[in-house]
Amino acid sequence: MALPPFQVFLDANRGTVHRFLRVAVGPNEADDVFQETFLAALRAYPRLRNAASLDRWVLRIASRKAIDHHRAARRRAVPTDAVPDRASTDHGRDDELWDAVRRLPPRQRIAVVHRHVLDLPYSEIAELMGSTEQTARANVYQGLEQLRRLMR
Amino acid sequence: MKVERDLKRLTRGTQQRSSEVARSFIERATDEGLVDVAVATMDSPVGELLVAVTHSGLARVAFEDEERDRVFARLARELSPRILQAARPTDRVRTELEEYFAGERSRFDLRLDRRLIGPFARDVLRATGRVGFGRTATYGQIAAKIGRPTAPRAVGRALGSNPIPIVIPCHRIIGASGGLTGYGGGLPRKRTLLTLEGVLLPE
Repeated sequence: MALPPFQVFLDANRGTVHRFLRVAVGPNEADDVFQETFLAALRAYPRLRNAASLDRWVLRIASRKAIDHHRAARRRAVPTDAVPDRASTDHGRDDELWDAVRRLPPRQRIAVVHRHVLDLPYSEIAELMGSTEQTARANVYQGLEQLRRLMR
Repeated sequence: MKVERDLKRLTRGTQQRSSEVARSFIERATDEGLVDVAVATMDSPVGELLVAVTHSGLARVAFEDEERDRVFARLARELSPRILQAARPTDRVRTELEEYFAGERSRFDLRLDRRLIGPFARDVLRATGRVGFGRTATYGQIAAKIGRPTAPRAVGRALGSNPIPIVIPCHRIIGASGGLTGYGGGLPRKRTLLTLEGVLLPE
């Protein structure tokens, strides 16, 4: 199967990737990580052997970039997405939820987004995060538990 | 269940935003030299034109009746899958074409990427490129010029496959009796271009 033109691939996947990153790294950082994700995809694109499941391929890159982003942010020790974005200031409960999401450990946060924002099955989440299915389930479970605790 | 449902609400507005961020991504990809085929469209007296520019030059000009998806797919297959709608690398091409259509330019000063042209067509189109603004040649004359005097039909086919019309002026090649004969983009476009160059009188 021939690779689709990158523009077609970009148009087909930009919405999902941005939706994932907005919650996985925060509204203020999502744009940067989005660009890094697609730049990495563009660099690797001509060497791709398999044109099947490009949607999963780019989500895998985005997941890795999200984890890298959180690692770098921790090293800087400044919560980079601490400023709530303007769109959500009208909604008190959204702000509360953002605060709670920000406090999740990165892998739990990313797993929760895969499961409950993108509705992915655990088998796929495991593949995207390079973990076992069991770990993926545990990450989602613990992440949700903590969100419920923080939201109370 | 509430938290799960609320999480989805946090993504409102991202579809619109993703289109803006995708555009900034293309800017960065262009800066980093990662766009192998940059595509843009422009209006012209012969309808909307699509132009595709690679690192080596202009590779394609397509009229609007060619389906965009198919043009993209073919460029991806034959040149590189790293093809994006990136206007900046096509600025010079579009400027020169606009000047041509405004009657301010009689020859193009553009690098061409000839990878979409087959070996025989390459000879034909090279000879065609020497026919200047406001002049015409016949299929037979081009055939003779490339040393294939008995092959005017093959010349016609090669011209019909010209991936860079207007800039490689296949519209300047006409029948021996003076008729326009044929054109890859359709005879009305050939007539418009030859009128613009003063070969034909305006109707």
